Amino acid sequence: MAVIHLKDMAHSYLPNPKVPEDYALKSLNHVWEDGGAYALLGPSGCGKTTLLNIISGLLTPSEGQVLFGGEDVTRLDTAHRNIAQVFQFPVIYDTMTVRQNLAFPLKNRGMAPADIEARVAEIAEMLDLTERLDNRASGLSADAKQIISLGRGLVRNDVNAILFDEPLTVIDPHKKWVLRSKLKELHQQFGFTMVYVTHDQTEALTFADKVVVMHDGEIVQIGTPEELFERPAHTFVGYFIGSPGMNILPATVDGRHATIGGNEIDLGCDYGPLAGGKIEVGIRPEFLKFGPVGKNGGEGTFDVQISSVEDLGRHKIAKAVSGDIEIAVLVPEHTPVQEGAAALTFDPARTLVYQDSRLVEGAN
Amino acid sequence: MQRKLNQKAWFLVLPVFLLVAFSAVLPLMTVVNYSVQDTFGNNEFYWVGTEWFVEILNSERFHSALGRQLLFSGIILAIEIPLGILIALSMPKKGWGASICLVLMALPLLIPWNVVGTIWQIFAREDIGLLGHTLAAMGIDYNYTHSPTAAWITIIIMDVWHWTSLVVLLCYAGLCSIPDAFYQAAKIDGASRWAVFRYIQFPKMNRVLLIAVLLRFMDSFMIYTEPFVLTGGGPGNSTTFLSIDLVKMAIGQFDLGPAAAFSLVYFLIVLLLSWVFYTVMTARDGEAN
Amino acid sequence: MLKRIRIIPTLYIIFLMLPIYWLLTMALKTNAEILGGFSLWPQNPTLANFKTILTDPSWYNGYINSTIYVALNTVISISVALPAAYAFSRYRFMGDKHLFFWLLSNRMAPPAVFVLPFFQLYSSIGLFDTHIAVALAHCLFNVPLAVWILEGFMSGVPKEIDETAQIDGYSFGAFFARIFTPLIASGIGVAAFFCFMFSWVELLIARTLTSVDAKPIAAVMTRTVSASGLDWGVLAAAGVLTIVPGAIVIWFVRNHIAKGFALGRV
Repeated sequence: MAVIHLKDMAHSYLPNPKVPEDYALKSLNHVWEDGGAYALLGPSGCGKTTLLNIISGLLTPSEGQVLFGGEDVTRLDTAHRNIAQVFQFPVIYDTMTVRQNLAFPLKNRGMAPADIEARVAEIAEMLDLTERLDNRASGLSADAKQIISLGRGLVRNDVNAILFDEPLTVIDPHKKWVLRSKLKELHQQFGFTMVYVTHDQTEALTFADKVVVMHDGEIVQIGTPEELFERPAHTFVGYFIGSPGMNILPATVDGRHATIGGNEIDLGCDYGPLAGGKIEVGIRPEFLKFGPVGKNGGEGTFDVQISSVEDLGRHKIAKAVSGDIEIAVLVPEHTPVQEGAAALTFDPARTLVYQDSRLVEGAN
Repeated sequence: MQRKLNQKAWFLVLPVFLLVAFSAVLPLMTVVNYSVQDTFGNNEFYWVGTEWFVEILNSERFHSALGRQLLFSGIILAIEIPLGILIALSMPKKGWGASICLVLMALPLLIPWNVVGTIWQIFAREDIGLLGHTLAAMGIDYNYTHSPTAAWITIIIMDVWHWTSLVVLLCYAGLCSIPDAFYQAAKIDGASRWAVFRYIQFPKMNRVLLIAVLLRFMDSFMIYTEPFVLTGGGPGNSTTFLSIDLVKMAIGQFDLGPAAAFSLVYFLIVLLLSWVFYTVMTARDGEAN
Repeated sequence: MLKRIRIIPTLYIIFLMLPIYWLLTMALKTNAEILGGFSLWPQNPTLANFKTILTDPSWYNGYINSTIYVALNTVISISVALPAAYAFSRYRFMGDKHLFFWLLSNRMAPPAVFVLPFFQLYSSIGLFDTHIAVALAHCLFNVPLAVWILEGFMSGVPKEIDETAQIDGYSFGAFFARIFTPLIASGIGVAAFFCFMFSWVELLIARTLTSVDAKPIAAVMTRTVSASGLDWGVLAAAGVLTIVPGAIVIWFVRNHIAKGFALGRV
């Protein structure tokens, strides 16, 4: 188990990258803690697979270093990095039994047969595979095969990190939950560093301690699920996490006030006179309320027309329109809401300011 | 795939059934007819029962042709299968290199069989051939029209030249169906090159390799045109394989009865082999589903 | 590592190309040069041999005859094999397994066995020395092969597509022609390629069933050899010209060729 340090690392598939667009992965400098559970989250093409391949050693980054526990492994090949990986589709050795599959990595490393036997038995016990040890691996279901792939990583006690590349893609929906809790349980038990690639936010948020959100070849935020929800560091995070995503509204900001399409709202902090770049205000639909109806009903109100209401059972989502701005508002169950004129109240503490898509920290 | 029971499907199969019945069953019945009769010309036939079969099965001529045939097919398989696997393993997997390899390697498969014989005749002759001339210049005594050993070697090299590509293409198709993740997983598991072959590539090639072995076995078992053009079955009878012998008997000597009995025995041997082939194939299909 | 490995295919291709190269040099030499001395390439390249073939009807008719019966055979084989392959891939019916095996066994039958009976059969129905006779005779091994290849490709198409089309109100014919056939277009291409190939390369049956009017190029070559006292240059040129159609066809199916040789069953 080891700390993973990505030091000034960048990667381009082109031989002579010049402009930032040439990079599949823009310069990163991050330390991932030992024993952490990290989820790499982002849409397809954001560079998460590239990053995973660099960590596993299938790709050598064009710039910078990868350190495992302080040791530079940038140029070390996969076999010598002591990592394990579970792939999108189950990779098992068809002709072997479950036992032989689990023993394979140890056998390749020249471990004594008696030790292999003991270790395999131990891991099989933990993964509930003991009963099936002598079955042919090819006949098992997809989730059992994924468990075996994981087991091939776990049997080695020198593993620095276990990488998961969208491991639940081919698993039946009702088995996903079982497999995910099993993974979590094993993580707590073993304490290995875990990197989990996914494009599914629920999977990432329920699974990881820290979620690494990627966008356009960049890590835009690393944070706990709460942090991602409450203080997205980038408008992309706000928009990508949560359903519906954060409202991002073009605005002008001066001190503790922001003006959005002619309406003025209060902010929780003092931003001074903010100028330059694209200024936006972000607020989650969860933190908006329909205030007292009527024009100029009070401070912080924002006149809108509710154009549609969608009932999702536990809550409703109202679409409010002001000029050419569209705002999603989450309305709790049992709160009446109907189409027509209304006024919105912003929660000042939850109203965030973005300059060129990045979060601006204000003074209290 | 689960298939529906539908007897009307017979209508879809009917054209094939009639066509193949016409071009296979009718001729086979003629053969059976001849195999149990004798003739002295003038279309007069006499019932002789199993006499021809007994004669063929006991004839030195048939035994030696069968022996040569089995030896030849055995040597062909022993060379072409491992060589084909080796070449397929070392071929580029994608890009223009792969396309060029595929096109050039497939080329010998599309040359008419007699032209294959002609090409090797021209290539191996001592007086005008590149190979024959070079060997002679090196002081090696090589003349495939006089020495049975040289004739055998030439025919075997010719067959390797002609058909190894089939094995290569089959194995290549098998290899291409292996997802990259398997190779990555093997790297992570610290597998050696041999282990990758033994546990990933070989199992995936298993199926196509079986097709390759059996196709090559059958086709080499029926080989006629190439050795016929190259050596005419000689020198002596040293390269007279089953098909060459049969055609000699049927067309050359017009021994209808023995030739027909020969045909049936020959066909039954092949049929038995293709039954084994088919059984193993479908057993595998069942296992895969 | 990488460089050492690539040597094997390179050597193999050189091995494959050397005899073909030699055939080509021979075709570009005069007979006098071939027999007169040994040289690695033609000293005075000439197209005279090719000219002989392309202007002499007894030569070029051989190509025309071969092309006609190969094309006929390909069309017949594919059109009867399509419905049959569909039946085998989608339905169970009485005797299906036995029928399939029986078809396959014909692919395995030694052509030499059929030489004499074919000769008598086609003579007795008056088809001897016609293109259709050779085309029909080649169906013996091409139809089973086409059924087999097409069945492999069709089994790869999900059955749900058939059902959806049925629900959408397509008749079976319309579904087969407009929806299903385009889906297995590459399979049809591969099957046609193999029918072409095996009909094009076969000599024994084609030679037996023809004498003058439908004589294939392969037979013209063997007969000319014995008759004209080995005109090596013309023979080589004729050989070169038989390789050309194959090379052209391979180019078109190059992306499917590997899967095709695996009979659609990888």
